[in-house]
Amino acid sequence: MKISLPAFVGRIAFSALAALIGAAFALPLIWFLFAPFNARAELGLAIPDPWTLNNFVTVFGNSYAVQALWNSFIQATGGVILVGAAATLAAYALSRSSIPGKGAVTYTLLLFSSVVSGSAAMVPIFLIISAAGIMDTHVAVILTFAGGLLPTAMFILRDFIDSIPKSYEESAMVAGASPVQAFFDVALPVIRPGIVVVVVWAFVNIWGSFLIPFILLRSSDNMPASVAIYSFYSEAGTPIVTLLAAYALIYSLPVVALYLFVSWKFGFRFFGGIKA
Amino acid sequence: MASVEFKNVTKSFGNFHAVSDVNFDIGDGEFVCLLGPSGCGKTTSLRMMAGLETPTSGQIFIGGQEVTHLHPKDRNIAMVFQDYALYPHMNLADNIAYPLKVRGEPVDKRHARAREVADVLKIGHLMDRLPSQISGGQQQRTSLARALVYPAKVYLFDEPLSNLDAKLRLEARGFLNHLQRDMGMTAVYVTHDQAEAMALATRIAVMDQGKIVQYASPIEIYRRPATTFVANFVGNPPMNLVEVEGAQADGRLALKAEGLGIGALPMTDAIGKALATSNRLTLGVRPEHLSLAGAGAQNTIVAPLFANENMGPESLVTLDRGEGARVTARIFTDDHLDVSDTVTLGFSAEHVHLFDSAGNRIPAVGE
Repeated sequence: MKISLPAFVGRIAFSALAALIGAAFALPLIWFLFAPFNARAELGLAIPDPWTLNNFVTVFGNSYAVQALWNSFIQATGGVILVGAAATLAAYALSRSSIPGKGAVTYTLLLFSSVVSGSAAMVPIFLIISAAGIMDTHVAVILTFAGGLLPTAMFILRDFIDSIPKSYEESAMVAGASPVQAFFDVALPVIRPGIVVVVVWAFVNIWGSFLIPFILLRSSDNMPASVAIYSFYSEAGTPIVTLLAAYALIYSLPVVALYLFVSWKFGFRFFGGIKA
Repeated sequence: MASVEFKNVTKSFGNFHAVSDVNFDIGDGEFVCLLGPSGCGKTTSLRMMAGLETPTSGQIFIGGQEVTHLHPKDRNIAMVFQDYALYPHMNLADNIAYPLKVRGEPVDKRHARAREVADVLKIGHLMDRLPSQISGGQQQRTSLARALVYPAKVYLFDEPLSNLDAKLRLEARGFLNHLQRDMGMTAVYVTHDQAEAMALATRIAVMDQGKIVQYASPIEIYRRPATTFVANFVGNPPMNLVEVEGAQADGRLALKAEGLGIGALPMTDAIGKALATSNRLTLGVRPEHLSLAGAGAQNTIVAPLFANENMGPESLVTLDRGEGARVTARIFTDDHLDVSDTVTLGFSAEHVHLFDSAGNRIPAVGE
């Protein structure tokens, strides 16, 4: 195919511009990948010379940092199980039953969800958690996140379940299954891709959050990694870049791994309806 | 196998009566078709038999036992869904064997039985496939196999053939007919396709606006449609209906309409009663009872030609009587077809159906 000269120049200019923008976004990522292996890492971009794993050794030698990763894992997993299970059951009920005003319920919850996990509600949440006597526990963080994430999770899942024909469960029940059997044998496997999406989304949300654990937790034994990163500051308040970079890389790995696992196992694809 | 009975069954959704005060019974071993246009309540009736909907009022019996409020799982019925409802995450073996699984059959036993049924339906070689990996016709047979894998009291079919192409539909229809002869099952079959109903049913319940308009054998419905609605719904193409003005003359019935030439018909009490209400009657003649007529024919309809469709063995000749009123005739193509601008169709008096001003059938002499 022949293209005219102006069009050719235009394309080159466009590609150059796109490459420039791309580079601007890529630079932090390259730093993120290089700095952890650099014994003299600074905020500037530099290729490690020599490559070293010393930063990681130091991080893993810091029991507080390792404990924080474990705390992150507990809080994220706990939150995900709670959100996943509750959202699935609630969304299924909202989708399948004929409760009057169920649409209004979903939208109201959705409206409030941004408030619950947002900073606006921090004071009441603090007071509630304090009154419940669960301050400085994993449960406090898990419950707060569940409350904040559930409405959106329910909304996503309800939409997903709405798109699945009722006839799946109906045929199971006519065939002799109880509603509970029909749910676990037929409905749950079909809506599993939707649940996976919600679970990944909830995990990433909890794993990456700072404010809620920072406020609801007191002792350093309970702090998640997002808060613990602050321990890699010198007393003068300047960051120890080498350790910070190594810890940041470790901190981000579970999320990347989760995405890869899910996309390998489920491919983020939906069964959808069989061709009718 | 068992009988089914509806007693004063009504189902309302808000102010809308999907099914209103319906009564009928289905005998043991009968194949009953619920026939009607969409929204007539036929699927709702079927779903109430299955237990997927609860009647607003009335009672439903299966095999003499009241099941009105019984959960679907406790009714021991089988159902084939319009969209097949095959479980996308299970292979065909597990799909077909699912009813046996919930009945607690061990896995090897239920797979053997599933294979048996699948072989009859010629899908036995596909047992490891997922539903998304087989064709539409095979999916349809899989859903049928899942319904046949266990002995049910009643088999319910919700437009099971409507998603198949024309050729597969004929094939599946023939197979269902054979199956019914073979098993003698009690079946209720919902369809809007009158040809399917005529071909399969021992009795047809024609439904309109939540009510059963006529419940009779296919041949009865074809020969003696109870209302103009039934007449207009059954038959391919349906019966021609012509608005006529009736009058009594010399003890016989004279009918008048534009382009219609018809000899006086014998008068009956029923006609007299209809005329006493209104002289506006409806004359019905089936397309297959119309033929191209010469000038001497006694009963004729004359009108300009609207369309002439050659279907192979026969042609559909449609006349336009003005204001959207059309008359269609099925003419054997072998007959000398000399269709010009104006066509004369002839019919015999014995093929005339009469309906009163409310659309109800006026019984013919000897009915």
